[in-house]
Amino acid sequence: MSGRLRVATVWLDGCSGCHMSFLDMDELLLELAPRLELAYSPLVDRKEFPDRVDLALLEGAVSTPEDEAKARLVRAHSRLVVALGDCACQGNVPALRNRLDNEQLLDLVYRQQADGPAAAPPDRNVPPLLTHSLPLHRVIAVDLFLPGCPPPPAAIVRALTAVLDGETLSELPTLKFG
Amino acid sequence: MSGGRVITLQIDGRDCGADENQTILEVAQENGIFIPTLCHLNGLHPVGGCRICMVEVEGAPRPLPACVTHPAEGMRVTTDTPELRRRRRLILELMLAEGNHVCAVCVVNGHCELQELALQLGVDHLEIPALYPRREVDASHPRFGLDRNRCVLCTRCVRVCGEIEGAHTWDVMGRGLKAAIISDLNQPWGEAESCTACGKCVQVCPTGALFEKGKATGEMVKRHLHLPLLTAMRKEEEER
Ligand code: SF4
Ligand code: SF4
Ligand code: SF4
Ligand code: FES
Repeated sequence: MSGRLRVATVWLDGCSGCHMSFLDMDELLLELAPRLELAYSPLVDRKEFPDRVDLALLEGAVSTPEDEAKARLVRAHSRLVVALGDCACQGNVPALRNRLDNEQLLDLVYRQQADGPAAAPPDRNVPPLLTHSLPLHRVIAVDLFLPGCPPPPAAIVRALTAVLDGETLSELPTLKFG
Repeated sequence: MSGGRVITLQIDGRDCGADENQTILEVAQENGIFIPTLCHLNGLHPVGGCRICMVEVEGAPRPLPACVTHPAEGMRVTTDTPELRRRRRLILELMLAEGNHVCAVCVVNGHCELQELALQLGVDHLEIPALYPRREVDASHPRFGLDRNRCVLCTRCVRVCGEIEGAHTWDVMGRGLKAAIISDLNQPWGEAESCTACGKCVQVCPTGALFEKGKATGEMVKRHLHLPLLTAMRKEEEER
């Protein structure tokens, strides 16, 4: 591969735990750093998704139209897309709401149990919800699944190294769920 | 089981001696050959329900469940092929898709037989869209709970309660997607008069469906090593 691998990390409906796991690669991250360029991420200060990245790691389920649009944008500009963590792989905690009624849920949380003045979602702060919180591959094509809540840093290192070394991603073992 | 004719068969190319009353699974286990299982548990009568243990038998038109199939003279069995793995993965996906499995908030996270199988078979996502069914949780028992969202209907609880404890509190009600584990005549578990609160069902349940109250995420570890011992003792008594 010529030049450094352009990597993006994206935060959809997740708790940021998967990003913490990314940082938990610790000194391994430093070792990989000369071969990587973090082109877009909540961890760096860049507002627009770049034109072209090699590898995008997406954390979180797809829960809102905004998540959906973001996922599609990332897919269009990325060579490889990784579902990072249980939320992106299978819905996980955000998808716990899937067997409840959205209207009742919003009413309970934002009106009946509101501390201050009751909000009226959806509004500026509470986005409209998709009927279900979906795993990433229900919305866009995914090249690699890295389950775990969060996925162990070793799994992320393994995936990054495999891409850098041009290995087949489908051969990578699953390390953890939950 | 024993007392039958002694026969020879091949499992994964290895010659194995067996009693004709044994199952292919037992013979494989005796010879250190691993076949994945889910509904089966040594010490309980096999029911062949989950089909995870299926193997290929030369000449048979379709794979057969190893836990309920008896060996025959000259049989050639294969336990691991890409096609078997594909089928096992599909079964597992169907099980996961028709329940609500959220390992991150599950009492047995890290100690779950279903999760372990998914890891072994590489089920890292579901090709089949999940159904997100609304299944009932029964928390009426003072010491234990039943979360049907994590139940795979293996009937281990039904069998251990009927065969070992002799109480027969559990049964399966309904068919297909509506099938559910019930206690007594579909009363809340806490009101089921037949339950002796022995906890055997909780220990043999392969998932987090049956659990001890007061355990947090990942804290519940199942112990069912007592089972083969109990069945051996019972058999000895019967033979006396
Ligand atoms: S997978 Fe777990 S750690 Fe990652 S975003 Fe979801 S809840 Fe957080
Ligand atoms: S029962 Fe097993 S597979 Fe299901 S949620 Fe719990 S840990 Fe995960
Ligand atoms: S409750 Fe547990 S042991 Fe009983 S059928 Fe369901 S998964 Fe099997
Ligand atoms: S283990 Fe044989 S059918 Fe379930």
